[in-house]
Formats: sequence, C-alpha cells, structure tokens
Amino acid sequence: MSDLSSTPLAQGRAGTGSGSPVLEVKDLRTYLYTRWGVTKAVDGVSFHLDRGETLGIVGESGSGKSMLALSLVRLTPEPASRNEGGQVLLGGRDLLALSEKHMRAIRGKEISMILQDPQQSLNPVFSVGNQLREAIQVHDRSLSGEATRDRSLAALKSVRVPAPERRLRSFPHQLSGGMKQRIVGAMAMAYQPQVLIADEPTTALDVTIQAQYLRLLEDLQERTGVGIILITHDFGVIAESCDRVAVMYAGRIVEQGPVAAIFDNPRHPYTRALLESRPKAGSRKARLQSIEGQPPSLNDLSPGCRFAERCSYAMSRCEEEYPPTVVIDGPHGAACWRSEEAPWAIN
Amino acid sequence: MARYVAINAVRGLLTLFAVSVLVFFLARLTGDPLDVLAPVDMSREDEEALRAQWGLDRTLPEQYIAFLGNAMKGDFGPSFKYPTETAGSVILDRLPNSIKLGVVSTILTLVIGVPLGILSAVRRGSLVDRVAKGFALFGQSVPEFWLAIVLIWFVAVRWHVVPTSGITGWRSYVLPSIVISIFGIAALLRLFRSAMLETMGSEYVKLARLKGVSELKVIWKHALKPASIAPLTFFGGIVVRMLTGATVVEIVFSWPGAGLLAYEAANARDFPVVQALALFTAAAIVIMNLLIDITYAYVDPRVRLGQKAVV
Amino acid sequence: MSLRNPPRPAGGLPGTETSDVDELGRHRRRNMLRWARRSNRPPWLSIFIVLFVLVLPALLANLITVHDPLRGVLGDRLTPPAWMEGGSTTYLLGTDKQGRDILTRIIFGARISLTVSTLTILIGAVVGSTLGLLAGYFGGWIDRLVSWMIDTFLSLPHVLLALVIVAAIGPSFVTIIAIIAVTIWASFARQVRGETLSVRETEYVARARVAGAPPWRILLRHVLPNIANTLIVLATLQVGVVILEESSLSFIGAGIPRPNPSWGVMVADGRDQILTSWWVSFFPGLAILLVVLSLNLLGDWLRDFLDPKMRQRG
Repeated sequence: MSDLSSTPLAQGRAGTGSGSPVLEVKDLRTYLYTRWGVTKAVDGVSFHLDRGETLGIVGESGSGKSMLALSLVRLTPEPASRNEGGQVLLGGRDLLALSEKHMRAIRGKEISMILQDPQQSLNPVFSVGNQLREAIQVHDRSLSGEATRDRSLAALKSVRVPAPERRLRSFPHQLSGGMKQRIVGAMAMAYQPQVLIADEPTTALDVTIQAQYLRLLEDLQERTGVGIILITHDFGVIAESCDRVAVMYAGRIVEQGPVAAIFDNPRHPYTRALLESRPKAGSRKARLQSIEGQPPSLNDLSPGCRFAERCSYAMSRCEEEYPPTVVIDGPHGAACWRSEEAPWAIN
Repeated sequence: MARYVAINAVRGLLTLFAVSVLVFFLARLTGDPLDVLAPVDMSREDEEALRAQWGLDRTLPEQYIAFLGNAMKGDFGPSFKYPTETAGSVILDRLPNSIKLGVVSTILTLVIGVPLGILSAVRRGSLVDRVAKGFALFGQSVPEFWLAIVLIWFVAVRWHVVPTSGITGWRSYVLPSIVISIFGIAALLRLFRSAMLETMGSEYVKLARLKGVSELKVIWKHALKPASIAPLTFFGGIVVRMLTGATVVEIVFSWPGAGLLAYEAANARDFPVVQALALFTAAAIVIMNLLIDITYAYVDPRVRLGQKAVV
Repeated sequence: MSLRNPPRPAGGLPGTETSDVDELGRHRRRNMLRWARRSNRPPWLSIFIVLFVLVLPALLANLITVHDPLRGVLGDRLTPPAWMEGGSTTYLLGTDKQGRDILTRIIFGARISLTVSTLTILIGAVVGSTLGLLAGYFGGWIDRLVSWMIDTFLSLPHVLLALVIVAAIGPSFVTIIAIIAVTIWASFARQVRGETLSVRETEYVARARVAGAPPWRILLRHVLPNIANTLIVLATLQVGVVILEESSLSFIGAGIPRPNPSWGVMVADGRDQILTSWWVSFFPGLAILLVVLSLNLLGDWLRDFLDPKMRQRG
C-alpha cells in the first residue's frame, strides 16, 4: 500500500468527537498467571473514545492488543487471567466493577466485538438465522418470533447482505469469508451499541474485500454514531479508516494521537520504525526494512523502557527508568525520553 | 444424502457377506461335530443318516450355498446340540437376556460417561476433572473378567448385596452392567472431554459470549453440539468392544444370554448356532454402523447439505 | 465413505487451535516449548512398572525364580501369601491348587504377555501400516478396498471367532497370535491411512512427486519418517490392548493353553476358589491391571513428548 499519510482521508478525519467520550479506559492492567510466571499482557493502558470516532490500536503480535480488547469486555481467558487494576468507563459506568450478570446484559448490546477470522467465528452446526436470532433474543426475551425475524432481516440489510431471507436458512460453510464477516457485523450492531471493537476484522479477508468491509464499518458509524476501536497491525488500514491511533508495545501504549500527526511526526522510535517498515509502492529499495530483534517476553520486563533493547536511539537512562508520557501537541503524546528532540524525525 | 446412505448400505451388505463366508468356513474347520455330539455307540448307518440329515455329506461350497439360501429365508437349520430346536429358536430364546443387559449397560454408559466428560472439560483441572481422568485411565486398563471376579467376591459374597450369578431379579443386573459399561464410560468420558475442550476454546464460542449469551447456554448449545459430532465416529468401535466384553461377562456371571450361548455352542461344535450367532452379531454391528453414519450425516450440516457454496 | 473414514470437511473437528494465551506469545513459542518439555516429566512410576513387571521378568524369568512354574508341590497347595496366617516366605504370593508358586508363574506369565504382544504387534503393524500407506497414498480403488477391509475386520465378532477356531484346532500360541493380529492390523491401517493422507498433501511430499521420485521412495523416505511418531505411540498403547485381549481369550479357554501361566489362565484357574483362596486369581489380574495402566500412561506421555501438535487437551 502506498504511503497514505498525506491523502485527504488521513488529514480530513480529525475526529467527529463530540468531546464527551463514550469510553474511557484508565490505567487498565490485565495479568496472566501461568506456570511460566506472570505475564503482564496489559500493563497500564489509558485512552478514550468519543462518539462517532474511530480509534486504531496498532502493534506487532504479542503487544497485547488482543488481550486489551478482551479486557474491555471482560472475556480474558479464565482462570489464568486477572484484572489487576484500572477502570473501563462506558457511559460513566465502570465495567470492571459490574457483576457478571450485568456485564452479560451489556455485552452485545452496548459494547460489541468482531473477531478476526470469519471462518471460525460462526458456529458451523447452526444456521445463520439461528445465530442471528440468538443475538437478538438474548437482550430482549419478550420479542415474538415474527418480530425477531423482522429484526434479523433488518440487521442483515444494514450490512448489505443480499437476499437476506435465504441467508437466514444458510449455514456458515456455505458462505464466503466476506459474507460471514458481514453477518458477524450484523450481530454486533443489532442493538446499535455505543462501542464496537473490531479485532483485525480484515486481516483474514481477501484483499479485494478488505476495502469494502472497512467502508461498511464507516457507513455503519455514520448512521449510528458508534465509536469504533479498530485493532490492526496494518498502517494502511489505520490511514484509511481511523481518526486517532494508539501504538502499543509490550503491554503499554507508547504513542497516541491523531492519525495525521502520528504519520507525519512520530515521536516514539518504535512508531517511526513501524512506519518505516511498511512496504512502499514505487520505492526502489530491494529489501523491506524490519525492526531488529524481538519483542520482549512479557514474563520478565525491564523496569525501563521496553523498547530500549531494540532501539537505535536508546540511552542508558532508557534502560533504567520508564519514560513518562510527554505531551507533544494537544491530543498527541509519546512515552520516550527523547520524544521532544526526536532525532529520528523524517524532516 | 440418499446416495451416501445407499453407498454405505451396500458396503455393509458386502461386509456381512464376507463375514458369513469367513465364519462358515472357519466353523467347518472345527472338525466333525459328530465327534462331539453323536453317542459313541452309534452305528455307522445311523451316523451316515445323521450326517446326511444335517447336510454334512456335501462339499463345503455346496453347504455354504445351501446355508445362505436358507439364511435368507430365516432358516438357520437345526441346532446340533439341541436337535429338537432350530438354531434360530435357540438363539431367540437367549437373545432377550443379552439385549436387556445390553440396554442397561448402554444407558449406564451414556448417563455416566457423557456428563462426566462434559463436566470434566468445563471444570478443567478441578478435583472432578482429575478424578474423572483417573477413572477413565482405570476403565481402559482393567481386565473385565478379573474385575468381575473381584466384584463378585466383594459385593456378592462378602456383603451379600447382590446375587453371584444368573438372573434373579433387578439386583442381578447390577454387577454385570457395571463391568460391561466401565470401558464405555472411560472411552466416552475421554472423547467428550477432549471434544468439549476443543469447542470451548473455539472462536465461535468466544463470539457467543460476546453476544451476551449466558455461560450455561454457551456450554449447552454452542460447545456441546459441535462437540458431540466427533465422539459419534468412535461410538461404533466402543460398542463393538463392549459387545466382546459382554460375552466374557456373561460367561463369568453365567448370564443366560447370547454370549454364553456362543461359548457353549462353540465348545459343542454346534455349527448352525455358531454361524447364526456370528451373522446376527455382524449384522447388528453393520446396522449400528450404518445408523451412526446416518446420524453423523444428519447432525453435521456440512455433510447433510454438502459443501456447495451458496454465495 | 463411512464413519471409519468420516467425510470430514477440511477443517476437521469444528473448533480452532488458537487460544488467547497462545496468540499473545507467538514469538515466545520457543521459550514456552522449552518450559513445556522441562515440566512434562516422564512418568517414572509407569516406566518402572513396565520394566519390572513386564520386561525384566519376561527376559530374566529363568534366572530370578526358584520354583517350577509348571509343576507344583501338591502338599503345599493353596498356601496363602507370605504375610498372611499360614503363609511362608517360600511362596511369597501363595500357591494355586496344584501347589505351584504364584509369583513364579506371574513372572513367567510376563514372558508370555511380552512375547504374544510383541509378535502380534509386529505382524499387525507391518501388515496394517503397509496397507494403510498404500491406501492413503494411492487412493482410488486401493483405498476403497482397504477401507472396506478395515471396516469389515473391525466389525468381526472376534471373541466368537476365537471360540470357534479354538474349539476346532485347540488353543495354542500360534492360534492366539494369529487371531489377535488379525484384529489389530485394522487399527494400525486406519491410523496410518489417515496420517498418510495428510502427509501426502504437505509441500515436502508434493515437491518430491513433482520431481518425479518413484512412489516407493517417497513412501519410504518422506512419508514413513513423518508418521513414525504416531506409530510408536500407537504401538505402545496397543501392547496394553493386546495384553487385555490375550488374557480375556485365555480366561475363557480360547487363548494360551494350560498349563502355561498366562495371566488370564491363572485368573481362570483361581475362580473356583475365590472365596477361600482369593490370591490365586487376584495377583495375576493385578499384574495385568498395573502393566496396562502403565503402558497407557507411557503411551500418552510419549504422544505429548514426540509431537505437541498431537497432544490431546490435557
């Protein structure tokens, strides 16, 4: 994908944020306790999401972004995981403090999630109609069979599934990946939640379908005002669909800000390295630049900056003390001792 | 799906045919039944007459064809050991006892094995799980005949809770059915546990939770139904193994069923009964496998509807 | 197409292999594997039992026993085990109704169990694997034929057959080995066929085929090594199965002939005296239980050890 950071799309979507966020995450921590030790999957993550805006969360595999998503809806793997602090405020209510029963009423209704692989997301032994019906009836048992069917059809239409009546009788194995992902989207949006978490929604789709799907999400957002958290490892997707982006590394957010700012002016060496490693169309370079080294094991993390061992700009201080988040410019912040001087700046 | 059923039915018939041939010729290997059954002082003429009456004077292939022809009509010939009865009636006499025991054992197996397997998976790592796994290991390792004897010794003889042999009321069913089901329980337990663990870790179960579905429903509907498919494929093998176990159990408990009959008939060289029994058993197994195949095809929509894509 | 070779869609059992904990540390897999191996200790007790109750007694029977397993001292019949009243240290586990020492017979019985199982598995594995390889690799009519044969042999009422054969020609070592081999080859064939089917689709094998290598070489050099692991696991587990089969058949008189001290025969011998002399039946059966249990544990551990992908969710 070409460098899209200078397209009008990236610049123009400066967030339709209304100022009062639908979701506020404060210092969220999720640790996993296994026989290999304590894994600090999510280690103090804070961000907010406004109504109608799309926040991208980008990072390599192992950065903790999927675990972050699951933490928001409290579906981290039991019994290994435990929430060790923080708050997740949805419309003012802390989701972490609710009873499981309450949480279940909220899941799928006020906050929804789409998973990565559509081939695996739908249960192969039940029809689409059955699964869609379930999504609807679980939050409103008083609905009659006919009303449920109407709402199912409406949900399918909202994601532009053709011939919805036939779709209801189909089974997942008869449908394409893109179609399945749409249906998953329909189930997620059935009650027009305030927040939709999309965990790598296009990664498992054909390239030709990916753009289509992202546009569908945009469309849904325009119509319902849902706030979207888009988790991905692909900066192209960020550029195309997000208003703001948070870069995650080793369980923490290392940089956060509006998409244009991040693309033009990355203030964390990791962000810079990620941007640099994207394949650029038309570039003469023979080899892709990759970041040297491996992300650290989340079992034993250094007290200092976790990127230090791979960072070309690290100083001794970096390995000893974890840098605080430095505000660069309004909503743009980075956690690096050298974020102000930014010796890696592009221009 | 009709085609699928038809193919399997044909294969089953071929199997049955092969088994009948095998059993027939093997049975005839056992030597002359007259050695065992005819009185020592029988005259040669009477022997020849008896031989002719039983059809033993013809060549083997001729005997087989005659046998097959009659079998199709349901006539399996006279029992050599009980000349006043036909093989068919001797078997039918004893069969109900085996069926009763079999039904009780199957119920026991299903009622204990499946829930334990599911519970074991849902409460993975807990005490229930560890006990279940231990039991499963034991059940697949214990020699049934020995277990039967030990149980008889303890429960029947020392504690006088149940009778030691024969059928004298509902108590008689207790020990034999327990011994027969132990293997099945162990096997089903492991199968369901393994299948449930796999489905419970699946993405679609995660999605169901994300929709807000209650945990109970997630397990019962989303995890269990796909998980039931895999054990189905092994169910046939389990039943066959239990059938063999049942024969030994009948012998140990002197249970007057088809298994004990097989033992007696083989020792008495009662060909017709042995052949008929073998055919019945093989037919039962073939039919059971066919039923399992059909159930599998029906339960798994990918097989029922075929792999053709709609979109 | 039948359940023995079920028409499974490509995805196999509905479900997925990834778990969230795995997704997190994909790059840490290497570390995790090292940890897993370290914390997955070999089942020492099982190995000990297999060695000391099956293998060593079988090999060293003549050297470590003092009594004659086949002829006993009638005057000492039905002596209780050494720790009970009336017992003596001469006969540690007591004697049977012919005055033969139980412990000695158990030790010689181990030889029988080991011999029978090794031979049957050798035959069954060779025949079964060959047919399974051919069926899995070439497909077509070979596959259909072999699959049908597998189904047929698995549907055989083998106890009945054993009874019939033995009623004819009498029990003997050869007979029982043949009978059991005839029933277990199908298990090997089925497994090998399944594995061959999947290995056949791997890039490794595809490349060899494209390069024009002859089938026998591909089978020998590429397919066989890949399925060797599952074969080893299956063989280990089948030893237990065979021991159970043999002892069952011997118990009902359709197996190893008397007076050989097959464990199954010993249990049958003691059946009549169960009330007064329980040890005659108890200890041989216990030997069977311990050995088969240990073999199952060992087989399960081997499965985990040799190929974590094969691992059953433990």
